[in-house]
Amino acid sequence: MGKNTLTSEHLGPFLEGVKAGLPVAMGYIPIAIAFGLLAKSNGVPIAISVSMSLFIFAGASQFVGVSLLTAGAAYWEIITATFLLNLRHFLMSASLSPRLAANTPKRHLAILAYGLTDETFSVASLRPEKTLSFPFILGLNLIAFSAWNVGTWAGFILGTGLPGSVRSSMGIALYAMFLGLLIPAAKNSHPALVVVLLAGGIHALLQSLPRLASFSSSWGIVISTVLAAAIGALLFPEEGKAV
Amino acid sequence: MKSLALLVLGMGLVTYIPRMLPMVLLGKVNLHPFLSRFLQFIPFAALSALIVPGILSSTNSTTSAVAGGVAASILAFFRLNVMFVVLGGILGVFFWELWLTP
Repeated sequence: MGKNTLTSEHLGPFLEGVKAGLPVAMGYIPIAIAFGLLAKSNGVPIAISVSMSLFIFAGASQFVGVSLLTAGAAYWEIITATFLLNLRHFLMSASLSPRLAANTPKRHLAILAYGLTDETFSVASLRPEKTLSFPFILGLNLIAFSAWNVGTWAGFILGTGLPGSVRSSMGIALYAMFLGLLIPAAKNSHPALVVVLLAGGIHALLQSLPRLASFSSSWGIVISTVLAAAIGALLFPEEGKAV
Repeated sequence: MKSLALLVLGMGLVTYIPRMLPMVLLGKVNLHPFLSRFLQFIPFAALSALIVPGILSSTNSTTSAVAGGVAASILAFFRLNVMFVVLGGILGVFFWELWLTP
C-alpha cells in the first residue's frame, strides 16, 4: 500500500464521509434487500447476485439486468441497456472532478469513481466546502457500498422482504434524501432554483409523452440534466461565483 | 455460470467506464468558462431530474408519495439534518397510508 495507506490525519475526514453517507446507507438497505429477493426468485445463483452488487454497484442496472436475464434477452442487449442507464454518471463524474483536491493522485480518483452513484454524488456535490478530499469521499462511498452489499446478502438469505407498509414508506427514503440535499442548497440561489425548475419540468414533460416513454427511461435524465444545466450556464454565466 | 460471470464483468465494465473517465482525465485541464459553469449546475439539474417525476411512483400510491414528499420538503426547507428529512418523508408516507388509505 505504501503511500495509499490512510494515516490518522485522514481519519477525521474519512469518518465525516461515513457520517454524511448514513442517509444513503439507510435508503440503500431496503432496495438492496429487494434486489437480493428478486434475483433469488428469478433463479439467479447467489454467487452471481452478490457479484453484481460487488462489481456493478448500480441499482437500476442490476434490477434491469436481472429482469432482462429472466426475459431471455441476449447478453449484448443487457450490456447495452446497462451502458445507457449509466451514461448520466459521465456527467456527474465530470461535475465532481473540479471539486476534488488538485493533488489527488489518479489512482485515488480511479478508486473514488468506482463508488459514484446518484446518491453518493448528490451528497458529495452539494457539500458546502469547495474542495473535497480523498478520505471524505472514500468514507462516503464505503458506507454506501457496504450497505448495498449487506442488503443484497440479507435479501437473498432471508428470502423475505420487509412488510408491505414498511417497504412502501421506505421507498421514498432516497427521494427524501435528494430533497433534503437539494432544497437547502437551491432555496437562496436564484440561478440554482431556475435550473432545478427547468430540469424537473423538462423531465416531467419527457416522461409524459407516451411515444417517448421507453426511449426516455434511459435518456430522459441525461437530456433534461444537460438542457437545464446548459440553459443555466447561458442565463447566469458569472464564472467563479458560487452557484 | 461461467458465462453469467462474464456478463457481470461486462456490466461492471460499462458501469465503471463512464464513472471513471471524466474524473481521471479531466483533473487539471483548464475548462472553458461556459463548460465550467455548466458543470457547476449539473448537481442541481441531475437531482431535480432524479426526483421529478420518479418520486410519485416510489410508494404504494401517488397520494402517499406526495404526502411524504411534502413532509420531507418542509423539513428540508428549514434546513434540518438530512437524516431527519429522510425519517420525516418515511413517516409521512407511513402515517398517510395507515390513516388515510381505505
